[in-house]
Amino acid sequence: MADLTTTFIGIKSPNPFWLASAPPTDKEYNVRRAFEAGWGGVVWKTLGSEGPPVVNVNGPRYGVIHGADRRVLGINNIELITDRPLEVNLREIKSVKRDYKDRALIISLMVPCDEESWKDILHRIEDTGADGVELNFGCPHGMAERGMGSAVGQVPEYIEMVTRWVKKHSRMPCIVKLTPNISDIRKPAEAARRGGADAVSLINTINSITSVNLDDFAPEPMIDGKGTHGGYCGPAVKPIALNMVAEIARSPETHGLPISGIGGVTTWRDAAEFMALGAGNVQVCTAAMTYGFKVVQEMISGLSDYMDRKGFASTADLVGRAVPNVTDWQFLNLNYITKAQIDQDLCISCGRCYAACEDTSHQAIAMSPSRVFTVKDEECVACNLCLDVCPVENCITMRELPQGEVDPRTGRVVSGYANWTSHPNNPMAKQAAE
Amino acid sequence: MTNSQLTPGIVPGRLSAEAYCTNFADIAPPLDAHEVRVAADRCYFCHDAPCVTACPTEIDIPLFIRQIATGTPEAAARTIFSQNILGGICARVCPTETLCEGACVREAAEGKPVEIARLQRHATDTLMAKNAHPFTRAAPTGKRVAVVGAGPAGLAAAHRLAMKGHDVTLLDARPKGGGLNEYGIAAYKTAGGFAQAELDWLMGIGGITLKPGLALGRDLSLAELQAGHDAVFLGLGLGGVNALRAEGEDKANVLPATDFIRELRQAADLATLPIGRDVVVIGGGMTAIDAAVQARLLGAETVTLVYRRSKASMGASTVEQDHATQNGVRIICNAAPVRLLGSGAVVEVEFAYTEAREAGLHLLPQTFRLKADQVFKAIGQTLEPVPEGIATGGGKIAITGPGRTSISGVWAGGDCAQGGDDLTVTAAAEGRDAAMDIHLYLMGA
Repeated sequence: MADLTTTFIGIKSPNPFWLASAPPTDKEYNVRRAFEAGWGGVVWKTLGSEGPPVVNVNGPRYGVIHGADRRVLGINNIELITDRPLEVNLREIKSVKRDYKDRALIISLMVPCDEESWKDILHRIEDTGADGVELNFGCPHGMAERGMGSAVGQVPEYIEMVTRWVKKHSRMPCIVKLTPNISDIRKPAEAARRGGADAVSLINTINSITSVNLDDFAPEPMIDGKGTHGGYCGPAVKPIALNMVAEIARSPETHGLPISGIGGVTTWRDAAEFMALGAGNVQVCTAAMTYGFKVVQEMISGLSDYMDRKGFASTADLVGRAVPNVTDWQFLNLNYITKAQIDQDLCISCGRCYAACEDTSHQAIAMSPSRVFTVKDEECVACNLCLDVCPVENCITMRELPQGEVDPRTGRVVSGYANWTSHPNNPMAKQAAE
Repeated sequence: MTNSQLTPGIVPGRLSAEAYCTNFADIAPPLDAHEVRVAADRCYFCHDAPCVTACPTEIDIPLFIRQIATGTPEAAARTIFSQNILGGICARVCPTETLCEGACVREAAEGKPVEIARLQRHATDTLMAKNAHPFTRAAPTGKRVAVVGAGPAGLAAAHRLAMKGHDVTLLDARPKGGGLNEYGIAAYKTAGGFAQAELDWLMGIGGITLKPGLALGRDLSLAELQAGHDAVFLGLGLGGVNALRAEGEDKANVLPATDFIRELRQAADLATLPIGRDVVVIGGGMTAIDAAVQARLLGAETVTLVYRRSKASMGASTVEQDHATQNGVRIICNAAPVRLLGSGAVVEVEFAYTEAREAGLHLLPQTFRLKADQVFKAIGQTLEPVPEGIATGGGKIAITGPGRTSISGVWAGGDCAQGGDDLTVTAAAEGRDAAMDIHLYLMGA
């Protein structure tokens, strides 16, 4: 088994699977059980300032998107930061950390946007033994209405300012958690780096309404006939999170800034994808909320087996490996030409490829009276939609045309790499066509 | 009752009261709400779907399954009923393994088709439970149509004609309407009095007058019917039973399987139905299977189904065959009855093994005998009586196009007419299509 020990901004954990700041990490009871189950680290649910804690709604806190067999695809929540007294949380953090020295324990923080508040909370958590802090600039509901959470995270200047205060008043490693509810994720990441952040973590939840009750005409989750937007998470948000992680990983301004990847990590494979795109570790919430803490055991064995297959000695060998291959559209090879091909032995004749291509694409699939489906190479633009909608794995594949072969669609011989920057149709072309 | 499965002869009450209930309970109970969602999600919504092509009534199956999946089973039911008003019974009795489910691409992919029949039942049950009829009748046309036979073909024709605004007189020789649905199909396929409930619901369209107990050729002539109506549809079914043509066939307790099934379907208390300890069923179609299985379920100790040709040539599908063997029916293929033995009542049947040769089926010298208190004949049915003056072909009413007979103004469909398999769903399609042709005939001029 490959060694999954991970060191993230100087914080060591036996594996890269941390529980994100969220309901599962709200108290000692849960966190101890999580560590017993094998989680490498925990980001304790966000603490607020000294004083009366926040209160939560007393109706439903979650909305859900289900697949047909009630598989949880996405969850939305309107829960706030911890609603337990600060001193209780601090006492419990200290107690847990004392017993689990090998695990990472990070404290998530969210206090009003003034230096005194931050200085005060940092002072209070100093002797818990926690390994670092995560600044919650992402929570999109409730706290944002009070000038905290995503209200800070949506203004890069505030991020920089608060991060600077934190680094000034604490020696702890500092992770800035970013909200995806912003047009360009690189800007808050740059601000965090300028403020001295040791890392960023992303994504926090996405503003969302999961569904509308069509009898009561109100969003779900519904509280006494009303609803409010919540934060969306779970498998459904993973593609959005992956892109944001990649953007930060490959941007020259933020390249090299450690990233803790969050957003729909459900299996070892999801985690490996985040890590390949530059995340030094991952944080998980929805998978644990859906299946319980035990899911980490599959993540550990799966990632370990994968690393063995790949010959990776440590997670560092995986982290960022895909980043060089994330590029701009303009650099994609326009002479890379593929054609769909249908394996007639595997085909079950459902005709979904035909319907998709005929109705919505390029009319590049022929259907015989006996329901044999074949690709018309002279029409196929290789869009891939047929393969995507085919219910049979590997029935439709894309064949790459080798250089020298003629593309029946264009009648042109396949040649070497060339992209849009030099294409004759590009008015901004840097050089004439070959 | 002190009888058991081992009691000799033909006796009632071989089983406990609970056993009758269990044995004749709904063979495929309704799916629950979650099962429905999971089953519906498996449909791939195929283009020009093979299941639709395989359905004699061409129900838009992918559409109705999608309507179920999106929580609108009543819309799904309308999709079904617009093509086949007998979609409820068809969901229960169709040999779907040879029709829609046999054609399902998931059958090809993984040997597990989408459960189309059970989904169809979910949709039709949901709508029928509301006791609402989904269609409204067109303005009355003043045209009068006689439909003879209130079985699947006649019901489908009557409904479509009534929907189009014609006045329909629906005649049936038996005391109740429903035809084979009521009298000829295994009880566990139509549990809960479904056939009559469906008939009542179907009549909800209005404009249909059911007149049971009137038989063509006995109580009425075709000429009389024609004189009193603008058109006539014949959905007579097959009233006669083929003979075994074996020595001793006239012995007591040698009966048509259809009689046995009819009595069973009409019995108020199954415990009062006498059944033999050793029962032999001769034939290889669905009637043979239904008789054999129900004989076992009534408590017969041994039930043997003997078919003269190979297993593959059996009219009953492999699913039906498996159902029989799972219920303890022994199936013997490639054997034909040569003699029925016994003094007065049958006690044994002698069979000869057969071999299919180019010249036809050949009896081999090897024979065997089976004990038999009762013998049920299920080797096919015949049109009987043939309505006067009508042309026939292959023993059935000859038709052209959508059920037009040799007599102008007279249509026919279902088992009594040429063409198509003898299935409820085929009869429903033929009745519907003949009705549309009658409608054009009545209104087109």
